[in-house]
Amino acid sequence: MSTPVIRTQGLTKEYVLGAETVRALRDVDLTIERNEYIAIMGPSGSGKSTFMNLIGCLDTPTAGQYWLDGTPVSGLVDDELARIRNHYIGFVFQTFNLLPRATALHNVELPLIYAGISKKERIERAVDVLEKVGLGDRMEHKPSELSGGQRQRVAVARALVNRPSLLLADEPTGNLDSKTSTDIMALFDELHAGGQTIMVVTHEHDIALHAHRTVTLRDGIIETDVTNDRALAAAGSAPAR
Amino acid sequence: MSLLEGILLALNQIRAQKLKSFFAVLGVIIGTMFLITVVSVVEGMNRYMEEDFAGAIYGLNTITLSREPEISFSSDPDVYREYRRRPRITFQDADAIRAGLTVPALVAVESYSGGNMVSELGIEIENVWLTGASADLLRIRDMDIEQGRGFTAPEDRAGVPVIVLGAETASTLFGSLDPIGRSVKVRGATFRVIGVMKKQGSLFGMSMDNRALAPARSPMGRLVNPQGIVDRVLVKPFETDDMAQAQIDIEAIMRVRHKLRGAEDNDFAIETAAESMSFWENIRKILMIAFPGLVSIALVVGGIVIMNIMLVSVTERTREIGIRKALGARRRDIHVQVLVESATLSLLGALLGIAVGVVLAQIVQALSPLPAAIAPVWMGVSVMMGVSVGVIAGLYPAARAARLDPVVALRAE
Ligand SMILES: Nc1ncnc2c1ncn2[C@@H]1O[C@H](COP(=O)(O)OP(=O)(O)OP(=O)(O)O)[C@@H](O)[C@H]1O
Ligand SMILES: [Mg+2]
Repeated sequence: MSTPVIRTQGLTKEYVLGAETVRALRDVDLTIERNEYIAIMGPSGSGKSTFMNLIGCLDTPTAGQYWLDGTPVSGLVDDELARIRNHYIGFVFQTFNLLPRATALHNVELPLIYAGISKKERIERAVDVLEKVGLGDRMEHKPSELSGGQRQRVAVARALVNRPSLLLADEPTGNLDSKTSTDIMALFDELHAGGQTIMVVTHEHDIALHAHRTVTLRDGIIETDVTNDRALAAAGSAPAR
Repeated sequence: MSLLEGILLALNQIRAQKLKSFFAVLGVIIGTMFLITVVSVVEGMNRYMEEDFAGAIYGLNTITLSREPEISFSSDPDVYREYRRRPRITFQDADAIRAGLTVPALVAVESYSGGNMVSELGIEIENVWLTGASADLLRIRDMDIEQGRGFTAPEDRAGVPVIVLGAETASTLFGSLDPIGRSVKVRGATFRVIGVMKKQGSLFGMSMDNRALAPARSPMGRLVNPQGIVDRVLVKPFETDDMAQAQIDIEAIMRVRHKLRGAEDNDFAIETAAESMSFWENIRKILMIAFPGLVSIALVVGGIVIMNIMLVSVTERTREIGIRKALGARRRDIHVQVLVESATLSLLGALLGIAVGVVLAQIVQALSPLPAAIAPVWMGVSVMMGVSVGVIAGLYPAARAARLDPVVALRAE
């Protein structure tokens, strides 16, 4: 078997607030293989976003190890993490996090700017991925000129443009109505079918049902880790585990 | 990201907040404007001094001997007290110089005063610039006669009460009548008009044409100075090369006449147009040293304002910075972005300041006798200062922005 995309060992995150220590994540061991589609669930405050930020190299753990594509990243500093995020991670946020004054095209182009890719190639790749998410005719629009679903598709395009090892989404449909949510999840299904490894943080069961595996957190600890038979059945294949 | 892209990004940012950006760089605009205006006027003054002023006061290639320097900007009252104690310059001094010079030269005495003048028609002018002088003064000072003639050396020696009028004086006193042969009165003394000078225009806005010139030994001499005393002796060698020798001669003659011993300082002043220029050079140097100090203050204040605005801007854009960092921007990328923005902002301010400064200098030139000359070097200096101020002012905000933690920044509203 190839190297897992993600492997964590004893991953821990604590926040010190005055005299009190909040243990947002405790001793999390998790392995995610290539082309897995995993949902992270759990009640509010259970540590889902904390976990995702660590996995996405936005944050550093208090303790524990983390390998991304076989590379240990838990000890890296700011600028090295920036490089990892730029090359291996694609983020989709609940609030989209698009630059409000930039066009859809420029928003999608951003990760490539920081990857030092030439203007010409940047445009080619950004146009390509925008067409893939069905926004070929909205490239010059600013976020304020797009619907919620379109904004989230720009965010997905931006997350995909650097061809990441891992697509991370923290409640990607939290700000969308159910029809639009379905569209976005269909897009995720399609990306997964194309070979993309995906991790989605969500509250909602029907969103989690798109994934093939569901990890539930409670008080910073993995409570359950189950394969999602219904989704697997829908995809018509057996788990590769 | 290339520098050009960074600048375009910065321009976008500035365009989105025009008014705020304008106020942010007001200090830089004012500093630069100030610099360009004053430097232009000083440079213009310099040309003016070189081309017109020194010649008008001292005469070109002319040595002036007087009791005290013609222009003195000393602030020490002792210096002036010492001037007052010095012996006056006399007709005898002029005669001794004429006799003792080892190089061929024109020698003339000259005394000024202001006074009223009445024509035979009963018309009076106030404050005419009255001069009592030797006949050769007309040649030394290049004063051209428009009508009639100047007085002669024999007329001066005999003290004949003849007078040459300035163009403006003549026309005011006599209107369209021919002034030649008519008479004017100055403090009770009557003079016969024998000539009218060519129009000379003005110096620092002061008319050079409301004047009258009469022999020093005529009653005019007594009207402008006590008997036997003159303001100055002017010496103009025929050959420019003899200037230095003539100065040595005059100094030696005067030291003997004033019985000065070896170590004693001169108790008289010997000046030339060239020296007055060196004096002006000193003023200019002081201006050029003191002035950048003032400009620096404006720029420092401007820099602080820019820094504060950039800090606010960085804080307002915490989320944007968080997004950029989440997508892979390194500290350096954010740092450069903020610095480029700050420098671009300040540069725009400097360019605006230069434009306003140039216009102001032109206005000063149009409304006052001060000329203006804009030196391109100073525009370059302004541009460089603008960029430097921007970069320096941006350092702290840039460092703050670059250090932002992406998780925290993304959570910002
Ligand atoms: N910066 C922080 N400082 C202090 N405590 C924090 C910080 N971030 C998170 N926490 C705490 O860590 C715990 C886990 O937070 P986290 O955001 O991961 O929860 P979550 O599962 O994503 O919740 P939700 O479903 O509401 O988004 C919470 O108790 C939270 O209060
Ligand atoms: Mg969360």
